[in-house]
Amino acid sequence: MKLVTAIVKPFKLEDVKEALKTIDVQGLTVSEVQGFGRQRGHTEVYRGAEYIVDLVPKVRLDLVVSDEDVDLVLETVEAAARTGKIGDGKVWVTAVESMVRIRTGETGPDAI
Amino acid sequence: MQFSVGDTAWVLTSTALVLFMTPGLGFFYGGMVRSKHVLAMLMQNYVVIGVVSLLWVWATYSLAFGPDVGGLGIIGGLRFAGMAHMSQPVPGFGSHLRIPPTVFAIFQMMFAVITPALITGSTADRLRFGPFVAFVILWSVIVYAPVAHWVFSPLGWLNRMGAEDFAGGTVVHIDAGAAGLALATVVGPRRGWPKQTMAPHNVPFVLLGTGILWFGWFGFNAGSALGANTLAANAFLNTNTATAAALLAWIAVEKIRNGKPTTLGAASGAVAGLVAITPSCGYVNTLGATVIGIAAGAVCAIAVSAKFRFRLDDALDVGGVHFVGGIIGAVLIGIFGTSAVGGANGLLYGGGLGLLGKQTLAVVIVAVYSFSVSWLLGKLIDKVVGLRVTEDAELEGLDTALHAETAYELGGRGSRA
Repeated sequence: MKLVTAIVKPFKLEDVKEALKTIDVQGLTVSEVQGFGRQRGHTEVYRGAEYIVDLVPKVRLDLVVSDEDVDLVLETVEAAARTGKIGDGKVWVTAVESMVRIRTGETGPDAI
Repeated sequence: MQFSVGDTAWVLTSTALVLFMTPGLGFFYGGMVRSKHVLAMLMQNYVVIGVVSLLWVWATYSLAFGPDVGGLGIIGGLRFAGMAHMSQPVPGFGSHLRIPPTVFAIFQMMFAVITPALITGSTADRLRFGPFVAFVILWSVIVYAPVAHWVFSPLGWLNRMGAEDFAGGTVVHIDAGAAGLALATVVGPRRGWPKQTMAPHNVPFVLLGTGILWFGWFGFNAGSALGANTLAANAFLNTNTATAAALLAWIAVEKIRNGKPTTLGAASGAVAGLVAITPSCGYVNTLGATVIGIAAGAVCAIAVSAKFRFRLDDALDVGGVHFVGGIIGAVLIGIFGTSAVGGANGLLYGGGLGLLGKQTLAVVIVAVYSFSVSWLLGKLIDKVVGLRVTEDAELEGLDTALHAETAYELGGRGSRA
């Protein structure tokens, strides 16, 4: 099992979610996050005083998938989230040791 | 005494309009502070309504507008304290005041309320609550009441000298602006200023507050005609004209300087225009109002940056907007004043330099008096009980530290099912 984590532009969430549904992803968790990468932040001006806002709002998606689905999920997220402009985000994969579906007690890949 | 129904109705209406400005100011300021301090800001503005309203009926109205003590034009006596003897005419106004003295007293009460409320912008996010209330009480008695007597009462010495202030450029804005700068000097900068980011937490609140202020200001300025007449109409028109010009001038400066006009700039420009036209709205024509508005918007837009050079944390720019805007409006009466609207002729209308000199003198006297007495009051309170909150309270936020409340519960306790 693998944990796929993607940081994407907030307005791309809908595209990524719809694309993942088409490949039968069973569920995912979304959170609003802030951070910076090469895009850095932007400048805001209040009464002539400039403020550097270096944390940019992003959306984070977390989903656990079986080993055989990982490549397809990665490709799907990448294609759906890409605009080609700086700030498109990142997606990475982490190994998952174990998992339990709380309602039924199923474990491992059955719990996905 | 023969009262005018129309005049009385208009001044009563104006009174309610002016009261509404103080909550409006609370939102204007509240939007500009950080979210952990917004309730403390609103609380300061609301508690000023409570404190000054009572103080006014029991003492300060009489000190400001009561029969002059000793004939020097410095302070009124306590004859009207507790709203006693209100069947007697307001001293000095004579028979042309065709509203009941009680109506005059409550209309002026709302000016006495908003003036110390203006100060809260300078000292935002760092004053203890009780000592702030103590400051407001002492300041109302020692600064506001005498200055109102000097300028607004026909018995006051600046008024008798011929200094003009239609609705409170000196009494309200220069008075409060100087006090704000003095108190900010005493209490010191907000922790982390100017290095740390202290951007406004809710700019829409600032714009909402501005709308309420603009609306209420028609009562403030046109109501100061104390009658429903041509003078009130001129004051109303000038108020709107100058405010519109100042709004545009401020965002024009931003467009040139920073590349983009901002909504906070539009709001700030509008308030700067309202401030500058306050003393002058009953004395200038459309040309005067337009020039005063442009001057206020452009100069105040630049003036708000001065605090960084002076290392003085006037948090929400009471100095840059109210002090500077008040000076612009009060002094320019000396140039644009015209007897065709009201008052004496200024430089442009053949009045020579006399009025300009009187206006400048009144500005300097009120500024120096308010700054020095406010500084001393601040120092006194700081020495006796301490003016500033603890470091922990400031970091935690004044809303929880002083008032045991939080403004927003997004996703927190309040929103949990």
